[in-house]
Amino acid sequence: MRSGAPRAPSVRTRIERRIDVTLIEAQPSIAPSAHAAIRTRALRKVYPLAPARKGAPRPGASAAARPGAAPATATGAPSTGVVALEALDLEIRAGEFFGVLGPNGAGKTTTLGILTTRVLPTAGEAQVAGLDVVKESVGVRRVIGVVPQRPNPDRQLTVRENLVFHASYFGIPRAIAEARTSELLATFEIADRADSKVDQLSGGQQQRLMIARALIHDPHIIFLDEPTGGLDPHARLALWETLKRIHREGRTIVLTTHYMEEADRLCERVAIIDRGKLLALDTPANLKASAPGGTLIELTLDGDAAAALDAARALPGILRAEAERTRLRAFAERGGESIAGLIRAAEQAGRTVVDVHFAPPSLETLFVSMTGRRLE
Amino acid sequence: MTSAPPAAPAMEASASPAPPARSGPAAALPPPRPVAAMTVFFALLRRDLIVARREIVSFLIRTALQPLLTVMVFGYLLPSMGFTSRGYVGVLLPGILAISLAFASLQSVALPMMTDFGFTREIDDRLLAPVPIGLVPLEKVVSGMIQGMISALVVLPMARLIMGPIPGLSVDNIAVVLGVTLLGSATFASLGLWLGTAIPPQQIGLMFSVILAPMIFFGCAYYPWAGLHKVPVLQYAVLANPLVYVAESLRGAVTPSLPHMPLAASCGAMVVIALLLWLAGHRSFWKRAMS
Repeated sequence: MRSGAPRAPSVRTRIERRIDVTLIEAQPSIAPSAHAAIRTRALRKVYPLAPARKGAPRPGASAAARPGAAPATATGAPSTGVVALEALDLEIRAGEFFGVLGPNGAGKTTTLGILTTRVLPTAGEAQVAGLDVVKESVGVRRVIGVVPQRPNPDRQLTVRENLVFHASYFGIPRAIAEARTSELLATFEIADRADSKVDQLSGGQQQRLMIARALIHDPHIIFLDEPTGGLDPHARLALWETLKRIHREGRTIVLTTHYMEEADRLCERVAIIDRGKLLALDTPANLKASAPGGTLIELTLDGDAAAALDAARALPGILRAEAERTRLRAFAERGGESIAGLIRAAEQAGRTVVDVHFAPPSLETLFVSMTGRRLE
Repeated sequence: MTSAPPAAPAMEASASPAPPARSGPAAALPPPRPVAAMTVFFALLRRDLIVARREIVSFLIRTALQPLLTVMVFGYLLPSMGFTSRGYVGVLLPGILAISLAFASLQSVALPMMTDFGFTREIDDRLLAPVPIGLVPLEKVVSGMIQGMISALVVLPMARLIMGPIPGLSVDNIAVVLGVTLLGSATFASLGLWLGTAIPPQQIGLMFSVILAPMIFFGCAYYPWAGLHKVPVLQYAVLANPLVYVAESLRGAVTPSLPHMPLAASCGAMVVIALLLWLAGHRSFWKRAMS
């Protein structure tokens, strides 16, 4: 899907984007903001630390639960909170298939929460379709469709009613809503379950219902929060095809994921974020090209990896090596050939190798080189 | 849907003619339609009433059974045994109506709120509606009021049937009956909004024991407020209990010849309390809905 010089993609080779993206592609000199579907400027979100005694989990604040992110002071002063987003600047073009890639707790869900008007930013601003997500949230909700991380259908209603009622919340007249519901039920292959309670649907079917629901009011911009998280490989592939089709209809798609392959295969541009900060933003091809040379080889040892670091660095073909606790990480010129040498280096340092991870130059090696962590 | 042109024909046919100029180049898609808040409000209400209709049996068991059992014991058995006088049923009836009205309104809002804001946050599909967030809790309160009034409407004839003729009963002044019923249900639906969004679901059992049970017993449902003059401390303490005003105003409405608080006082108190509870409930809803 992605080939050639990524900075100047040929419009003709990108059949999928034939509808309105051509506008942008054909006029590269145009100021990007003129066609921005989404813009954020210095967007920051700090979740206040919940008083320890209050048992109620804060909704939508899963990011707050991540370990190590809270710069809590030693005294536990209440003035600090959990920083979910540092100062995010993003610009997403209309019609773009945009990916937000990062590990759990990176700030992906918070970003989507702000853009879908469900989370209030602490500072900075965000616009969707030219509308401010805080001051003009009603207008924003009119043009967006949201697919949540966990399917949250209305369990009191049937599958069909879920769609018809959701349409009615957007003021869509009954007859149109019903016609569109039938169409979407067929498209998403859940027409035979139309009159079932949603509890009787499988996970994949519920996920498809959520996407159908997000499309019922024909929104211009679709947000999907880790939509393939709970799906088996077959369902994931089917969902990818669905998303490509939705994108071909001219919609802007913003997708968060922690699957490298998903970002690589689907997205035109990918933002890599970690710990609330934007680390990189480019096409997958450009991002991969900027990954440090060589294959990533990561050994997990049974003790401190630093002991083996010097020996690893001295090996021929090792471009770079670093140790982080029990992990010995090396970028090797010729992939697999260096594994034996690295294992020997570890054993000479008195360590046993308990795990080996191996990745060719990819978004993953880029991510590891930027954050010192793997994505999963 | 699978081929260009991308717009679904059905949507195009009814699309509004006013595309916002700032919507960018996704012009191939139909422009977003302006949505009237009232339309959405009635759509939300329709959803709640359809769900309520499906659960009408369990709803009535939950909200009407306990008042009717009370009627059975205090309005039929005890007077038959001669432990209470026949006149007591006139005092009891408005109180029983108040209890079913108040707690059906409260439960019809509080219980759905707890599941809606539960693990899967089912309410999110309604929070995505292009209307101000406050419309969603407002609709919940109205839906709770309707369900509360249905419960009272079921209890009234059945209580009359169980207790026999009730001295002083008069439903002639329909406007007054309707007015105090609306105020009472609004007060308790708002309380339901507040409790349903502020109390963690795992403490719902505690809510019934700690808040609702004392509220019922010290709500002047089983005795008139004027009768408490024998225990003055209690007479003033119970004024903090909103059920007192619902019961006393219903006395003024359906048994006007029996002792009751002046309607202006009880109705005024309900207006103030309903407003305060709505503000608290709205604020609490907002805190759960947004982070």
